[in-house]
Amino acid sequence: MTHHAVSAPGHRGLHAWLTSDSPTSRLQARCVQVYLGWLGLARNPLAMLGLGIVVVLVLAAIFAPLLAPADPIAQDLTRRLQPPGAPGFVLGSDELGRDILSRLLYGARVTLYVVALVVVTAPVFGLIIGTVAGYAGGWVDTVLMRFTDVFLAFPRLVLALAFVAALGPGIGNAVLAIALTSWPPYARIARAETLTIRNSDFIAAIRLQGASPLRIVIGHVMPLCISSVIVRVTLDMAGIILTAAGLGFLGLGAQPPLPEWGAMISTGRQFILDQWWVATVPGLAIFTVSLGFNLLGDGLRDALDPRSGR
Amino acid sequence: MRASSEIALQQAALAIEHLDVRFGKGDEMVHAVRDVSFAVDRGESFGLVGESGSGKSTVLRAIAGLATDWTGRIAVEGQNLGPKRTAAFYETVQMVFQDPYGSLHPRHTVDRTLGEPGRIHGVADLDTRIVDLLRDVGLGPEFRFRYPHQLSGGQRQRVAIARALMLEPKILLLDEPTSALDVSVQAEILNLLQRLKREHGLTYVLVSHDLAVIAHMCDRLAVMNAGRVVEEMTVDQLRRSEPSHRYTQQLLKASLGYDRAAVDALETFD
Amino acid sequence: MTGNASKPLLEVEGLSVRFPTRTRVVEAVRNISFSVGREKVGIVGESGSGKTMTGRAVLGLIRPPGIVEARKMEFDGIDLRSLSERQYREIRGNRIAMVMQDPKFSLNPVMTVGRQIAEAYRVHTKASPSEARRRTLEMLEAVRIRDPERVYGAYPHEVSGGMGQRIMIAMMLIPDPDLLIADEPTSALDVTVQMQVLAIVDDLVSRRGMGLMFISHDLNLVASFCDRVVIMYAGQIVETCRASELHAAKHPYTRGLLASLPRVDQPVERLSTLTRQEAWKTEPGVDARVL
Repeated sequence: MTHHAVSAPGHRGLHAWLTSDSPTSRLQARCVQVYLGWLGLARNPLAMLGLGIVVVLVLAAIFAPLLAPADPIAQDLTRRLQPPGAPGFVLGSDELGRDILSRLLYGARVTLYVVALVVVTAPVFGLIIGTVAGYAGGWVDTVLMRFTDVFLAFPRLVLALAFVAALGPGIGNAVLAIALTSWPPYARIARAETLTIRNSDFIAAIRLQGASPLRIVIGHVMPLCISSVIVRVTLDMAGIILTAAGLGFLGLGAQPPLPEWGAMISTGRQFILDQWWVATVPGLAIFTVSLGFNLLGDGLRDALDPRSGR
Repeated sequence: MRASSEIALQQAALAIEHLDVRFGKGDEMVHAVRDVSFAVDRGESFGLVGESGSGKSTVLRAIAGLATDWTGRIAVEGQNLGPKRTAAFYETVQMVFQDPYGSLHPRHTVDRTLGEPGRIHGVADLDTRIVDLLRDVGLGPEFRFRYPHQLSGGQRQRVAIARALMLEPKILLLDEPTSALDVSVQAEILNLLQRLKREHGLTYVLVSHDLAVIAHMCDRLAVMNAGRVVEEMTVDQLRRSEPSHRYTQQLLKASLGYDRAAVDALETFD
Repeated sequence: MTGNASKPLLEVEGLSVRFPTRTRVVEAVRNISFSVGREKVGIVGESGSGKTMTGRAVLGLIRPPGIVEARKMEFDGIDLRSLSERQYREIRGNRIAMVMQDPKFSLNPVMTVGRQIAEAYRVHTKASPSEARRRTLEMLEAVRIRDPERVYGAYPHEVSGGMGQRIMIAMMLIPDPDLLIADEPTSALDVTVQMQVLAIVDDLVSRRGMGLMFISHDLNLVASFCDRVVIMYAGQIVETCRASELHAAKHPYTRGLLASLPRVDQPVERLSTLTRQEAWKTEPGVDARVL
């Protein structure tokens, strides 16, 4: 592999290199595609707002120890339920006198942890099941899709509840439960895409080159399914966060004193009338992050469409 | 007589005997090809002409192994084909598809599209081979890392032809290779195909609905209608307007242009 | 039928269609002038020549951000440029009809063929349902559908491509339009069916005195079917002539196109290919009006 990046000095040179009509290496061709996709996304202000929210979430999670004014689990029972703006508590304090802002920042870590773990498991599993079922057809398809239907038949929260009930409460089990209940839609999407891709001429062409089914599925079918799965994952992210929060709310997800947004709402519920901020602040955080992922997903849908060209 | 025709079949690049192809099962079964037989000599261009639904493309797909539910005999270079195709088959027979917009993977660069068969079959010195092939089909090296959406229809079809040539096949199956292209681009692609045929000693089976394209490219042709071959003849016979079957006569007449008086005389053949 | 026969049905002068994109403005049609009388005018060109956009511009179907400009665009005394979207709808489908390339996309898949045609008729004429049904069956017969009663009750997916295109034509012709714009109406059809469909349109032009704007890429077909031919290249009209004189065309582009066609009756070793010249894009276009 040759590195043509060396021959791209300065900003304008880099821009020209990234928008070249005739790339001179595989690396450049790929960079051009990514860059043009990025330009497409960058034109959409709502998508950029979504991306901004997600970036803020990630930064908050990474730099929580630096940003948080206080220890998220340090209690101060003499200063319980302080309103926002009270000295020392920017967003108020909860029923145990813990700083809500600090808990919110550390809670971003929990949220991100859940999101990241679900993302690296459920869509990958769904993609594999869906593409294999769609490409193989016949009894393989029937077996895999009925298996998928079984999981699809249960409401997500109910199934997650059952898992957590069986495995015991805790953030790890909550993630496992969410992952196990969220892959079937991805399998369905991947299968539907595969069914149309399977009959296209370019798949017939590669079959005629003697490619094995495995090679076709991994190298030719999956790359075309990935964008719609990514879009769906981004749009589902809100649901995943809400399910995690819901499990936390029911006391089946993150366990105290871990600062998890859903669990924070759950405890704040008792004080909703007099100390509204205890439940409202984490609620707003969940709302904002869900909205961010949704906006980003919508933008990605437009930017990732392979048929839109440039 | 029987023995001599057997020898002829052994020498043919491609021989089809009593080919029947079906799609689907039960009540919805379509009998797309019925008892089709023909043989194509080495270095010959053989045309299959017919209207949509005549089964002409299905014959090609059965040869290529893309339509699997067939009976009869298909022999390539004297070797009978079974239901499964082998690596040796793919190195002998390749295909170019009709729609250049659908036959290239939208997310693969030209380089990847051309390199894929080379990697599957372990072609040596793939980089030079890709550049050579591109030059061979009239595309410069600047096309190598482009994506299909950056190419025109004619350029895409050139890439598809280059891909088919990667494994240095002897027989090329051409399924309406120019029907999606403008006439001036069609001329370029047909010229390219003829040059490649000379240079690489290829045998062509060309499927088209356009009699003029078949007449230009081929030595012999078979006319198909409703899954059957209604007539087989040389292109010279066609040019002298000698087709004996009324269906072929009608096709020939219609391909010469619109003639109000002739329309009322059109018949339906099933 | 209106007016005197000498005045053209459609007169277009200085028509341009532009599409601004992020980086530049794409000029799909550049300052063309043409007219269509009660005759068959073929508009020929390769993909990207602007022939389809010309048809759409006449029908008022260019959507923003596309820009349509013309010094004159007159249909039977009506200034098409000043029409509101509502007034355009009055004319479209009623006085100017259009047949598209693929009938499958133009017919409503969940409504029977007969109902669609009858409905189209009733929208424009306020006829009674039974009258509409009678006219529809008549029309289906006119486009040579053998069993009109059966086809009336069929859904679009139940008919073949050729039949679908004939149904589209029946639907477009039932309000008795003055001008039919047909954009590659037969290129998806088999050659024999294509001839039959063209014969129907041909008869309607000669019998009803309808004008036809026939947009196609097929030189042979246009030469044998139309009265007059307009050849477009890169958004401009480069040549116009009587269809019967197309073989004697003068412009190098037209000659190049004709020469690149393989012919059954004239075998050649190698097809001649077209070398496009930059100058063709800058030379002034041809006025294809017959006044």
